Amino acid sequence: MTKRFGGLVAVDNVTFDVEEGEVFALIGPNGAGKTTMFNCITGFYKPTLGTVTFRNRNLTGSPPHRTAKAGIARTFQNIRLFDYMSAIDNVRLGHHCRMHSKLWDSLFKTPFERGEERRITEHSMELLDLVGLGRQAENYARNLAYGQQRRLEIARALATDPKLLLLDEPAAGFTPQEKVELMELVRTILARGITVFLIEHDMRVVMEASQRIVVLDHGEKIAEGPPIEVRNNPRVIEAYLGKSA
Amino acid sequence: MTRAQEFVRSNVRNPNAITYFLLAISALFFPAVVQFATGGSGDYLVGLAADGGVYMLMAIGLNVVVGFAGLLDLGYAAFFAIGSYTYALVASNHLGVTPIGHSLHVPFWLALFIGMFVAAGAGALLGAPTLRLRGDYLAIVTLGFGEIVPRVFRNGGVWTGGVPGISALDVPKLPGWFVGPWVGLDFGWVPDFRFTSANLTAYYVLMVVLITFVVILVNNLHGSRLGRAWMAVREDETAAAASGVNTVTIKLLAFSIGAATSGFAGAFYGAKLSYVSGENFGFIVSVTVLAMVVLGGMGNIPGAMLGAIVLYFILFWLLPNAPQQIEGLASSLGLGWLNQSTPDGWPGIAEVVSRSKYVIFGLILVGIMLLRPQGLLPSQIRKQELKHGEHEAIAAPRQLQA
Repeated sequence: MTKRFGGLVAVDNVTFDVEEGEVFALIGPNGAGKTTMFNCITGFYKPTLGTVTFRNRNLTGSPPHRTAKAGIARTFQNIRLFDYMSAIDNVRLGHHCRMHSKLWDSLFKTPFERGEERRITEHSMELLDLVGLGRQAENYARNLAYGQQRRLEIARALATDPKLLLLDEPAAGFTPQEKVELMELVRTILARGITVFLIEHDMRVVMEASQRIVVLDHGEKIAEGPPIEVRNNPRVIEAYLGKSA
Repeated sequence: MTRAQEFVRSNVRNPNAITYFLLAISALFFPAVVQFATGGSGDYLVGLAADGGVYMLMAIGLNVVVGFAGLLDLGYAAFFAIGSYTYALVASNHLGVTPIGHSLHVPFWLALFIGMFVAAGAGALLGAPTLRLRGDYLAIVTLGFGEIVPRVFRNGGVWTGGVPGISALDVPKLPGWFVGPWVGLDFGWVPDFRFTSANLTAYYVLMVVLITFVVILVNNLHGSRLGRAWMAVREDETAAAASGVNTVTIKLLAFSIGAATSGFAGAFYGAKLSYVSGENFGFIVSVTVLAMVVLGGMGNIPGAMLGAIVLYFILFWLLPNAPQQIEGLASSLGLGWLNQSTPDGWPGIAEVVSRSKYVIFGLILVGIMLLRPQGLLPSQIRKQELKHGEHEAIAAPRQLQA
């Protein structure tokens, strides 16, 4: 896949596969094109060249709501919650693309609509408990602590019932304790049959959590493999630390 | 505790519930109180209230567009016009004088919904190409639309009756109606009832029923997945899209539903006035309705209703009556000389007040917004937004996508 913005090549002919049931990490120095990659996969950008294939379906250039419906959920590097909606409403909104109430049902509050609302409210509560926010359900998203906001965003993404979860720097700004909790959460998500694909700067998280890693530098793929291999790859070390004399 | 007690207990401190309750009570007793207070000659005021209901309907509809979905629509009166003209075409002799040569007389109850659906369709048509625009750009496009539509009707020649418009529209009919002392008769039941300007209470009752109907539906929408999606799109379109919301469809729906409400109100308006003309749907109507929503409390249905009442009262009762009132006041204070015009240019106090009507109106608006910047009855969300607004500037900008 390639993505160019005018003359700037953000992602240059990068190819990789994420296997079902693994934790896959995309790493690289700032400006390497990681988030651009995410935006191409989730349909916020259209790749200049190349394709996005998900479970044998071509998703290249399909809009974000359709990729979400196809089973790809994401979080954002700079948290994007609905600030003035309660935590539980944020998660309920995440169910939107899995709901079947039509305009008619909403207008007349049909039994079907009530039943569906009840079900997704229960499910939202479950997800909030899963990320440890059960007691914050009625609080406005903006009033939550930073770490709680990050976890709420994960809960909202999980509400779309994804097969693949894209996490954009989920551990950014976390304390060591919070990082441990995050890794636990990632394992729980994995146990639910959801593949996790993350961008992360924190090497400890990446090395411990992920099975396979792709390294980008200046939009190019410079390495791919299990953590131990990537860690010792001279090109990776060079990209991160500069060329040694 | 019984269920009724529980219901009262849970709502007694909720400003929205209290407002709904007070609105319902005053809607119920308004005609009786007015007739009593004016000694039986209050028909004019009851009719005025029915007209006010038209604005209230529009405010409820615009609240969906602006308050729920956050789309600034400055041409809302266009849909009002479309509803009115649709009613005029399908429920009068007018189509007979057009090249079609055959007039339609669809019953009011059906025509009301035709007006609504045509307006909703127009909303979808306008929305489809424009809702990709955001914020200010959308406002400008809708402003243009609001100017174009009345002009088209004014210049529609034989189809729309041109500048004089279309008159002698059908009035609503019912198989029967209550009569009583309020129209100077004994209690009873008249069959085959026609709404006329002699019985404005009937229009008033009809308006209250329509508003109740619309409020229930819009309130249901607000609490549904659709209402939640509107809120989400207003807060952060990118995040909403990533969470699986088709933002274009959702915005289109808000636009269409708002337009439908306006068309509904327009059809009623046409029927009550029995006359439509392109002059009645100018920019000032759009702005007035927008002011009602903002002043009442954006995103809150009872707020928009309250705003509609307050502004309508000021615009159509307080200000027209102010010159007389002030003359009376001046005389009773012994300042009768203020009432006389003088040769050196003083036109008399009534004239001064009447000339500065809109200055007074503007001052009242500014005053209310200074005292209650979130609106008379704000939604919880808006309250929070305003409270935190000052901190927002310091927080890091959240723009990500182009």
